[in-house]
Amino acid sequence: MTSQVSSPAEQADGTDGTDAAVVGEQRKPGGAKDVRRLDRVIIRFAGDSGDGMQLTGDRFTSETASFGNDLSTLPNFPAEIRAPAGTLPGVSSFQLHFADHDILTPGDAPNVLVAMNPAALKANIGDVPRGAEIIVNTDEFTKRAMQKVGYAASPLEDGSLDGYQIHPVPLTTLTVEALKDFDLTRKEAERSKNMFALGLLSWMYHRPTEGTEKFLKSKFAKKPDIAAANIAAFRAGWNFGETTEDFAVSYEVAPAAKAFPVGTYRNISGNLALSYGLVSASRQADLPLFLGSYPITPASDILHELSKHKNFGVRTFQAEDEIAGIGAALGAAFGGSLAVTTTSGPGVALKSETIGLAVSLELPLLVIDIQRGGPSTGLPTKTEQADLLQAMFGRNGEAPVPIVAPRTPADCFDAALEAARIALTYRTPVMLLSDGYLANGSEPWRIPELEELPDLTVRFAQGPNHTLEDGSEVFWPYKRDPQTLARPWAVPGTPGLEHRIGGIEKQDGTGNISYDPANHDFMVRTRQAKIDGIDVPDVEVDDPHGARTLVLGWGSTYGPITAAVRRLRAAGEPIAQAHLRHLNPFPKNLGAVLKAYDKVVIPEMNLGQLATLIRARYLVDAHSYNQVNGMPFKAEQLASALKEAIDG
Amino acid sequence: MADTSTEGTGTIEALSLVPKAEGRQSMKDFKSDQEVRWCPGCGDYAILAAVQGFMPELGLARENVVFVSGIGCSSRFPYYMNTYGMHSIHGRAPAIATGLAASRRDLSVWVVTGDGDALSIGGNHLIHALRRNVNLKILLFNNRIYGLTKGQYSPTSEVGKITKSTPMGSLDAPFNPVSLAIGAEASFVARTIDSDRKHLTEVLRQAAAHPGTALVEIYQNCNIFNDGAFEALKDRQSAEEAVIRLEHGQPIRFGGDRSKGVVRDRATGDLKVVAVTPENESEVLVHDAHSTSPTTAFALSRLADPDTLHHTPIGVLRSVERPVYDTQMSDQLDEAIDRHGKGDLAALLAGGDTWTVVG
Repeated sequence: MTSQVSSPAEQADGTDGTDAAVVGEQRKPGGAKDVRRLDRVIIRFAGDSGDGMQLTGDRFTSETASFGNDLSTLPNFPAEIRAPAGTLPGVSSFQLHFADHDILTPGDAPNVLVAMNPAALKANIGDVPRGAEIIVNTDEFTKRAMQKVGYAASPLEDGSLDGYQIHPVPLTTLTVEALKDFDLTRKEAERSKNMFALGLLSWMYHRPTEGTEKFLKSKFAKKPDIAAANIAAFRAGWNFGETTEDFAVSYEVAPAAKAFPVGTYRNISGNLALSYGLVSASRQADLPLFLGSYPITPASDILHELSKHKNFGVRTFQAEDEIAGIGAALGAAFGGSLAVTTTSGPGVALKSETIGLAVSLELPLLVIDIQRGGPSTGLPTKTEQADLLQAMFGRNGEAPVPIVAPRTPADCFDAALEAARIALTYRTPVMLLSDGYLANGSEPWRIPELEELPDLTVRFAQGPNHTLEDGSEVFWPYKRDPQTLARPWAVPGTPGLEHRIGGIEKQDGTGNISYDPANHDFMVRTRQAKIDGIDVPDVEVDDPHGARTLVLGWGSTYGPITAAVRRLRAAGEPIAQAHLRHLNPFPKNLGAVLKAYDKVVIPEMNLGQLATLIRARYLVDAHSYNQVNGMPFKAEQLASALKEAIDG
Repeated sequence: MADTSTEGTGTIEALSLVPKAEGRQSMKDFKSDQEVRWCPGCGDYAILAAVQGFMPELGLARENVVFVSGIGCSSRFPYYMNTYGMHSIHGRAPAIATGLAASRRDLSVWVVTGDGDALSIGGNHLIHALRRNVNLKILLFNNRIYGLTKGQYSPTSEVGKITKSTPMGSLDAPFNPVSLAIGAEASFVARTIDSDRKHLTEVLRQAAAHPGTALVEIYQNCNIFNDGAFEALKDRQSAEEAVIRLEHGQPIRFGGDRSKGVVRDRATGDLKVVAVTPENESEVLVHDAHSTSPTTAFALSRLADPDTLHHTPIGVLRSVERPVYDTQMSDQLDEAIDRHGKGDLAALLAGGDTWTVVG
């Protein structure tokens, strides 16, 4: 996708400048107010975790997606369902970056902050650059609420916000007033204030509104009064923007038509894309999908989503624990299903023994790890990529497992298909490492035609595959395909192929229990060779200027790294970029790629796990740049870190 | 034993989806080519022979029978059955078998496990398999000791057991597997003894015919580390007083000349053993394995003395019909197709708000 923006500064990153560039100004025909054209905007909705900020953000995102902007989102919420009201830990926010050109990240700093209470203001003001617009719900700025978060004086009056464009709006009062004709208690009416805010923002940015009204109707189909009240609040918010003096200007951000290849698009989150990828893999393999899973943040949405698609033959099994989740999946794999287990890091720890069994049984199995902050329970709702070494090595014995990592929310679809390809072709468990940022974040996705999906057809063993010396035909469950080293997949119900498999070392070929030292050595090396020999595409290097420094990433850092690289190049600094989808095995050309550069920098949301692998494997003096604060990298921060690496 | 007339093996509903064998089968058909490697004299041999001898009676296509096990001496069982089989990891067999049975209703899935495997490391999976009522037959070989790790006490060992890991005696109270299973909402719970092939076979017959999870506790002698653990139930003389053979629809009587019986204690509602007299004969409880309430089955499971094993009921304690998990899972798939039509991938992917970019 190419950027269509005009200013060089924007070309530099196209993502996250702190001021929304005004590229044009025109009066809205027939309107009484100014309309300005922007090329991109970053909005952050922030409020209490009970204020419905995630829903508000989701709706604004849907409006924006259907309008045709490119977009990227960053939901950020506490692990507690309802943290104490009005406190800093209870603040939930949703950031959305949308543009008339292609963008890569949810943006570093918001141009607009919607603060539903003092806690939301206090928790987010540090990220908001001077000059930005802040819409505050003044109703919530009571003395007590302000004291709760440590404001001695009202920040709305003490001058501390002088550098910002403040819009004080009594959102709660206006919402209650708008709903006075409804048969609602004050408390019930107040709940719609997020829709009032959404209406106001929808007016400010000329968002289409039919989608939200339709959504509210269907969401509250069983409570038509509540649906009507929310729609009324939403419209009241819109009209408030249209009429009040305080909002003198509204903004247009044109569709990003030129940024996208031809096709039909929808907005999609990582977990949804991953779920669709799994359903698609099941169809492409012509195998029933079986998910064994135990609820865990941030992976549960995949369980929820797949459980809706039983008419695709999808079986979802909510197990008694993580171990049973993968156990049931492995049992289903033995029976010929495309078997999947979904979890996060703590769950992977519990599943490790069964992953080892799957390595030994050599059955296809997808282990999906939506990484979150660790160790232990860590930060359930925050993002991190610190499970790489766990995925790589976290089992007893020599138990190699292929690893695939998606780079953007929409890419989770393709990554799921790729993980399935490897699992089915090589008869092995495969780890897919997504993370909280990809899982909950969203972006436009070009809906593929079914003909574009890969062929994942599998052939089960049907008859004997080996001739004994006496001429008799037998079935050997561990006789391998000479190309892939995969063993045959003989599912129960196939006559004549009855066989027993297990976690004890097996004799090459027959699969019978064997304690023979030479056989064990051979089997360990063969299992390793099978994984090492997996056919993965070469890593592509983006290096238009013949740079001397390469930045190498994996997983969800793709957006911020690419944004940082654009900034550097726009500033005349050559830098090469490569991003890994396959972490095990590495692409065959990776060693040569690394050796072609004087410097290799690896930014990761961990303390240098890929760097450790790269240094060990290729003896390259790779430099780590690390952040483990539960949030994705900011492009500006990465750009300066990369600049330092180039200069250093 | 009674009740076989209503659950004859000719038309076992629980196995109606499993293809039948084409020809007549014999015990030999179910023996794999692997050398059996349990200690000489182990009770497992008798159970293996009983199972191999019983399978032809079911007449199922051998390729549609699967044995899944965990870890322990008993868990080597699948290697010796000429069916499909998986020797998995410690305690996890019920979970693995659940995934297999839930996704393949054309299979007859058996779990072979032991007291350590099923009740210690795998306790969670066992109870959840029982409450879900997946179509699994679980054979729990209980020898009240850890054999494969060479003789530590197990969760069914009697208190004070002197073993390598408990030189001054074990401290923890044992599980009663039958009580545990009934408490875990099991729809079929039975107990039998390795050396009583006839009884063992009859219990297997009823378990196989049961739709849903069947738990069969098999008292099994470990002649190396816990020899004679069930001697009280095996010695002809002592067994008369120790073993209570339950038969559905029959009065619960045992002992020489069936001189003893189980009656309900009117004061407490509990069960107790009495000498049967003409006066109290009518009060002797008639065994009802199909009773909706598990209360009496549970009380029966508590009759045995955990140390001496006196008054140990064997046979089918409980056998009730409950919705079967895999059947219901499959029904939901059918219902989803009825409601929404067969899944249309293109429509799924293109769902939600979309927009089109033209050239």
